[in-house]
Amino acid sequence: PDLVDSRTSGKSAQKSEKVAQCTPGFTLCTEQHHKWCLSLTKYRKIPQMFSAAPGQTRKMHSFILLLPLVPRSLPCLSKRAKGQFLFFKVCEHLNLLEKDYFGLIYKDNHEQKCWLDPTKEIKRQIRNNWQFTFNVKFYPPDPSLLTEDITRYLLCLQLREDVASGRLPCSFVTHALLGSYTLQAEFGDYEPDQPRPLDFINQLTFAPNQNKEMEEKILELHKSHRGMTPAQADLQFLENAKKLSMYGVDLHHAKDSEGVDIMLGVCANGLLVYKDRLRINRFAWPKILKISYKRNNFYIKIRPGETEQFESTVGFKLQNHRSAKRLWKVCVENHSFFRLNAPEPPNKARFLTLGSKFRYSGRTQAQTRLASSLIDRPAPSFDRTSSKRISRSLDGGNTSGKVNAEKNQYLFNGEKRRIGLRVHGDTIYVRHSNLMLEDHDKTQEEVLKHQASISQLKRSFMEAPPPSPPQPNQWEKRLTSSPATATRVQQQHVVRLSGWVQETVVIQEVSKATKAGLVTVPPSPPPPPAAAAPPAEQETQQQEVKVQEEVVTVEETQQRKQESVSSESESEEEAEYHPDVPVSLCQTQIPEEKEEEEEEEEEEDVEPEKEVEEQVSPPVALPALAEVSHPEDETSQEGVCRKEDEKEPRVNGEALLVEVDPRPQVICCSEPPVVKTEMVTISDTFAAQKTEIATKEVPIVHTETKTITYEAAQLDGNGDGEPGVLMTAQTITSESLCTTTTTHITKTLKGGLSETRIEKRIVITGDCDIDHDQVSFRFT
Amino acid sequence: MAGLMAGFGHYTHALVRGVPASLTRAALRMQPTEVDLDMARREHEAYVELLRARLGLEVVELPADESLPDCVFVEDAAVVCGETALITRPGAESRRRETDAVKRALKDLNLNIVEMTDENATLDGGDVLFTGQEFFVGLSKRTNQRGAEILADAFKDYAVSTVPVMAGLHLKSFCSMGGPGLIIIGSSEPAQKALKIMQQMSDYRYDKLTVPDDLAANCIYMNLPNKGHVLLHCTEKEFPESVKMFEKLKDYMLIPVCNSEKVKVDGALTCCSVLINQKANI
Repeated sequence: PDLVDSRTSGKSAQKSEKVAQCTPGFTLCTEQHHKWCLSLTKYRKIPQMFSAAPGQTRKMHSFILLLPLVPRSLPCLSKRAKGQFLFFKVCEHLNLLEKDYFGLIYKDNHEQKCWLDPTKEIKRQIRNNWQFTFNVKFYPPDPSLLTEDITRYLLCLQLREDVASGRLPCSFVTHALLGSYTLQAEFGDYEPDQPRPLDFINQLTFAPNQNKEMEEKILELHKSHRGMTPAQADLQFLENAKKLSMYGVDLHHAKDSEGVDIMLGVCANGLLVYKDRLRINRFAWPKILKISYKRNNFYIKIRPGETEQFESTVGFKLQNHRSAKRLWKVCVENHSFFRLNAPEPPNKARFLTLGSKFRYSGRTQAQTRLASSLIDRPAPSFDRTSSKRISRSLDGGNTSGKVNAEKNQYLFNGEKRRIGLRVHGDTIYVRHSNLMLEDHDKTQEEVLKHQASISQLKRSFMEAPPPSPPQPNQWEKRLTSSPATATRVQQQHVVRLSGWVQETVVIQEVSKATKAGLVTVPPSPPPPPAAAAPPAEQETQQQEVKVQEEVVTVEETQQRKQESVSSESESEEEAEYHPDVPVSLCQTQIPEEKEEEEEEEEEEDVEPEKEVEEQVSPPVALPALAEVSHPEDETSQEGVCRKEDEKEPRVNGEALLVEVDPRPQVICCSEPPVVKTEMVTISDTFAAQKTEIATKEVPIVHTETKTITYEAAQLDGNGDGEPGVLMTAQTITSESLCTTTTTHITKTLKGGLSETRIEKRIVITGDCDIDHDQVSFRFT
Repeated sequence: MAGLMAGFGHYTHALVRGVPASLTRAALRMQPTEVDLDMARREHEAYVELLRARLGLEVVELPADESLPDCVFVEDAAVVCGETALITRPGAESRRRETDAVKRALKDLNLNIVEMTDENATLDGGDVLFTGQEFFVGLSKRTNQRGAEILADAFKDYAVSTVPVMAGLHLKSFCSMGGPGLIIIGSSEPAQKALKIMQQMSDYRYDKLTVPDDLAANCIYMNLPNKGHVLLHCTEKEFPESVKMFEKLKDYMLIPVCNSEKVKVDGALTCCSVLINQKANI
């Protein structure tokens, strides 16, 4: 059969045929939840997705991938297949090139939805629940900039689902408007002679609280879209959906420090805090210095405001450490995707950070846009007509009992399945396997050929060299939201790319705090990203003077050693992420555009966390252990029993007893590190009602702050300030346990922005009589 | 164009209400003052006439109710955005009944009426700043969190952020919209603080026009066919310095409106009308 493109073929002719054929059971052609269910048992059936038989209607509603059986019976999906493999297969199947906005979701054993990590083995993530949904992971802020209609269509499918389920709240009018575009896209022009259109419209779900009035409004609006092509209707749909305030906001339940229920929303622009439906705070990505989690606490460290001198840290309580980690991951990924030019390499050696090494591994938005601009293929054909589908929403929200019953039949009864296929046209349930594209169906040669050419195209697409950092474009300007930085953000990124290290002048100073310690002066920047940094630049990189106890030195050495070992270990307990860290050190520096200097170095969270690192070893599944361990706790596979459940109380700095497999490659580091530079809990979720900052730990670090103001900046709001006027310079010296000298140079730039640069920095860690539980950094 | 946020400042109708004689005596006020009733009535008539004759709006005028001394300030009784009218629950007990007549009138204009029935909620329309992209709701003496939540529920398309009102009666006692993406803000410290919070909470970028007098920051912006940007603002007599700031606005039709009497009972320009765009109804 020929490929049928519903948007290019004679629409009205096709439609009248459709109507004629489907009128008695129009419900069959329309679908409740815009769920596109797909499973992969009979791969050869899949070409039908792209080649509708005449009059046969099929709908690519947002889709579910059902793989009901365990991987062992999936001969073609190797046991060790990574998430990426499956995801690429799905995208290939969908004919989707702009796939970086999407991802696969599975439910963990706690019924929580998680993104399938493309870099990890599927089996290790999913715990035998072979059921995925294909979802939009990063909602493009401006869908009109997507290259292909098929991508927009898939985004539409997701949004229809989001809207219908209530996840994306909208008003009556917007529901009606979006619904009318859906009708236009799926059914074409309103036909007055259509048999009583309400007969089918009530079979469609447009809104959680849909009623007759809304349906009438939808039809009324539908009439006004006459002549609009499906692609145009989709675009209009998206243009309206993108303006909704909750568009692309990924909500997570949390509590503030006072135990009040709130929601944390992660989106392209940053982190939003909601109480009920009210936005009570917002942290744009540029305002966030660090994101971390520890057990079930989630922290963000905030860049100081104009009037503040120090960062503040805001903490939230999540339900458990898994949710904290999940939120943290989502933040890392969203920040990377929307704000970075290139993903940050996972092992940032220069941090002593223990814990999760997770980083976003896919392409960033900048990269995917560049790649998309190279797409050169005729608009792929796809069929958007609807058919009644089985919805198997992971949310379980909208599925009626009846649908569920049907679903089960499909799942477990082969015969019925086939019948179902016939009736519904396109629900393809694959028992298992055959994920690999095998030449099952010679009668579909042409289709396969088509697919092969797509695969080819895709391969070259995927293998395209990593794009160089794109120049600021209109996209970025639109994307950035923070006031006063609209056009600067891109520059900032360029600057950050250029590497903060070069801007740091280090003055070495003898520590007074040492006591019988070893002095280690690392010859090159701490754990070197050697490959990335040209030698010339390394010269200027920051040196760190570390005066510390032997134990600590040893620990650090180990740390470095660990990092040279390719490690997949990931702590469930905590991790941190610095949103503004430079992406690459090999960029040319553009000193004129220096925007900001980070302060990570002096604030490293050296948590007394034991770290278990291991070499990548063949995954020997130990079922018994696997059961008790957390979904991603890979260390358990090595027989290292980690007793770190959140229930187990632990004291900071306490040396942990760890059962370690005696094999030498398992390095266990249970000594507490020297200085704990930060442990702050701040009760502040209501920016508005900001009143107090409660620091729990009493710092024993002595901190001196000198602030020299050289010139009062004339900031009159209109941004008339001279570029580069020095406003303040402050030196912060904290002594005793940890000596840090930092000179912040604050400059006024054009547009009333101020930039703070750190000119000098010394980190001397020393002294021995440290009560690790009490050391923390003074914040006020 | 029926979509979201289309045509900020487009209005076709205005709802106003007469000045009751009881205003002089019984209307709530933050500072004890004497109000000249005749003067107040004349000012109000001029205001209504301006909306009707000069700006060409369809004006629905409700009669004054002597038992409701504050009833002229209709803004507090309803928040209208698009096709939806949220009937509020005013913070002041004595004003609760003002909503009845307003509700009826808005219903007659075919708006979808949403009522605030929760007895724990209070909201004055004067605390609601709609920017075209989102809402800011001032948490003030008259408006509480619950009221803001109900507003957020009524206008689901938009982000609703709360802003504490540290001084003045309402959020709009020191700010208002001066155009798409332009916030007019007073220069007092509480006003500036509130602005800062609004900027932090917003995904959008707003320009600001700072005027020396907080009260002068309450203006009415409209975008009308054949007239373009229209700004109703205070008179030179009242706030000479602030008026100079408005003159910076290019391509605006600037209309000074005298409001010297009603302002004594904390009634600013926006307080005296509810503006409606009926063309949003397709």
